[in-house]
Amino acid sequence: MADIALNPRPARKRIGDVTAWQRLKANRNWLGIWFMLPTAAFLLLFLAYPLGLGIWLSFTDARIGRGGNFIGLENYEWLWGDSVFWLSVFNTLLYTGVASVIKFAIGLYLALLLNQHMPFKAIIRALVLIPFIVPTVLSAIAFWWIYDSQFSILSWSLKKLGLISQNIDFLGDFWNARWSVIAANIWRGVPFIAITLLAGLQTVSPALYEAATIDGASRWQMFRHITYPLLTPIIAVVMTFSVLFTFTDFQLIWVMTRGGPVNATHLMATLGYQRAIGGGYLGEGSAIATAMIPFLLAAILISWFGLQRRKWQQGEAND
Amino acid sequence: MPMLTRRALMQGSTALAATGALAGSGLHEWASAWAQSAPWKPEAGAQLSLLRWKFFVQSEDDSFVSLVDAFSKATGVKVNIIRESFEDIPPKASVAANTGSGPDLFWGLYSLPFLFPQKCVDVSDVADYLGKKYGGWVPTAVTYGKSGDKWIDIPVCFGGNMLNYRISALKKAGMSKFPATTDEFLEFAKATKRNGTPGGMALGHATGDGNTWVHWCLWAFGGNLVDANDKVIINSAETEKALNYAKQLYENFIPGTASWNDAFNNKAFLAGEISWTNNGISIYAAAKRDPTKKDIAEDMDHALWPVGPVGKPTEFHVCFPMLAMTHTKYPQACKALMAYLLEADQYNKWLEASVGYLTHPLNAYDANPIWRADPKNTIFGEAAKRTLTAGGLGSVGEKAAAALADFIVLDMFANVCTGREDAKGAIKIAERQAQRLYR
Repeated sequence: MADIALNPRPARKRIGDVTAWQRLKANRNWLGIWFMLPTAAFLLLFLAYPLGLGIWLSFTDARIGRGGNFIGLENYEWLWGDSVFWLSVFNTLLYTGVASVIKFAIGLYLALLLNQHMPFKAIIRALVLIPFIVPTVLSAIAFWWIYDSQFSILSWSLKKLGLISQNIDFLGDFWNARWSVIAANIWRGVPFIAITLLAGLQTVSPALYEAATIDGASRWQMFRHITYPLLTPIIAVVMTFSVLFTFTDFQLIWVMTRGGPVNATHLMATLGYQRAIGGGYLGEGSAIATAMIPFLLAAILISWFGLQRRKWQQGEAND
Repeated sequence: MPMLTRRALMQGSTALAATGALAGSGLHEWASAWAQSAPWKPEAGAQLSLLRWKFFVQSEDDSFVSLVDAFSKATGVKVNIIRESFEDIPPKASVAANTGSGPDLFWGLYSLPFLFPQKCVDVSDVADYLGKKYGGWVPTAVTYGKSGDKWIDIPVCFGGNMLNYRISALKKAGMSKFPATTDEFLEFAKATKRNGTPGGMALGHATGDGNTWVHWCLWAFGGNLVDANDKVIINSAETEKALNYAKQLYENFIPGTASWNDAFNNKAFLAGEISWTNNGISIYAAAKRDPTKKDIAEDMDHALWPVGPVGKPTEFHVCFPMLAMTHTKYPQACKALMAYLLEADQYNKWLEASVGYLTHPLNAYDANPIWRADPKNTIFGEAAKRTLTAGGLGSVGEKAAAALADFIVLDMFANVCTGREDAKGAIKIAERQAQRLYR
């Protein structure tokens, strides 16, 4: 017995005596965090880091090929008094506003149309996607020729029809140029909206329409009180994306006008690129890019709070 | 079945390469001899990649490729040539400089090397070697090549940008020779417009043709963006005169030039839509090559830029500098290639193949027969000697490059010509932009 007293049994951990680490490993609530870590790392590396770097660069005088020194708000101060920058802000807002509204109108109309029963439905739906599938640069080059000051097919046709006597100066006149690039953007952006809204339309239960028909609702009433409310969440998402894409558009403008004539079609994205990469002033280009963030945030918030203020968001019944 | 080992493959390809070299023309023999005696011995196993501007004259590029081929065969240095539209070279080169990876050699425009002078391999030895051997560099080549007291690039060639005109339109305008002064030039523009044979020059964001003509105009009237100390002096009576003159010219252009980039005037001239414009020799080269454009080739000629009130030529031709990045693992191979390209046996052939598109920066090549083979080529041979440099009176450095890339002067002219701003307003905007860069 003395042996036993002299050699006490090695202290074994009691069941309840686990380390915090073991607890974290096994805890169900923490499990979610573990699974999210790879994604979080991915987002940090490829989204947060470049964004943070871009914002940091905008506070420096970095040029391409050498790091910059911190200069505080100097880049922004110069931009504040820069008429070309403000022109690009105006152009971007105009471009985004007009193009988004028209894209939405045409897209919704197309979606409603394509939702009808008609022959060759599948083929027509596929065809609608073409502008979206063609690489942007190719469609931009096509539009570049369509808008050519000497060889435009539009001017040529109208001249042959005897409607105009002189070529239309599509990309040389300020407002013509603006409308021309907006038209190209609309052509490109409509399919995305149309097809996404079409997908949304198909989730609306036909039973609702049947019930409304029995109640004697007109087509407009059915659209206003069934289609539109049920489509709102999709509209919110698709328009947020559309606005973001349009606001940050670059390729169409760069290929067609490079921001000309006299900066009349310079968007913030193209101006930022021209100054950061073309001119080598990375700091200032970053400042222009950073200046886009508040506008983009505003666009997201408007769609989130304006269009999606429904209780289903919180998991409750619709009000 | 015999086993195909790596060694067997290597031997095979070496033998193939050797056969190729033996079968090659005298160019290859010369290249081999040159490789033996050249001061730069490429590193063992060196491979280079070179990003160049996308050619405008096909035969120039063909010749370039065969020269580089001969170099590869003689030295064993494989050279991978990549081509990009010239506007895309500065961003690519800048990113390569920034990240320390990418092509070893860049061949671009104007002051490209000055965007990142500290990332360029010092090529003073190559420049000295070539300068001594070939009658010295023209002064503008020195300006474009040297940063401080070392050469950061080799200005391989210039590209003359002259006035292109239809001889018939000139005659119809009642002139026997092309206008030599800005006043006569305006009369010519008015007359061609009256006759229904207008001309036009690019006012869109056209890096080459647009920048060329507006700088000529600005300088012809004594205007300057900056002075010798890089102080912004654009706000002057001279600039205003230049702008008002340009507006008068513009009123006699074909409509639509505000949207033109570098390619538009070529298309319009070759389609017979315009009777004069400013361009390199590429329009003429294209017209000569195309049998259906024979009448245009015969009916066109080139002229020097008219001289303005300052009383001396104020031309602005393109410079094409080639630089090696400090991140290259094979600086000696880079230097060897640059020196090789400018040796007489290569360079003369290349100049001829470019049919006048390229102009030499080394005095000895004045003797190249291309400049006398066709009298319509001759003035292009003087491009390197006549041109002023990017930045005008100021430094040719990164600020000048940024001002060109940001189209400050071009937009100032376009603002006035299109009637968006008056001269004073446009100058104010340009001044503000320039101060931003030259701060």
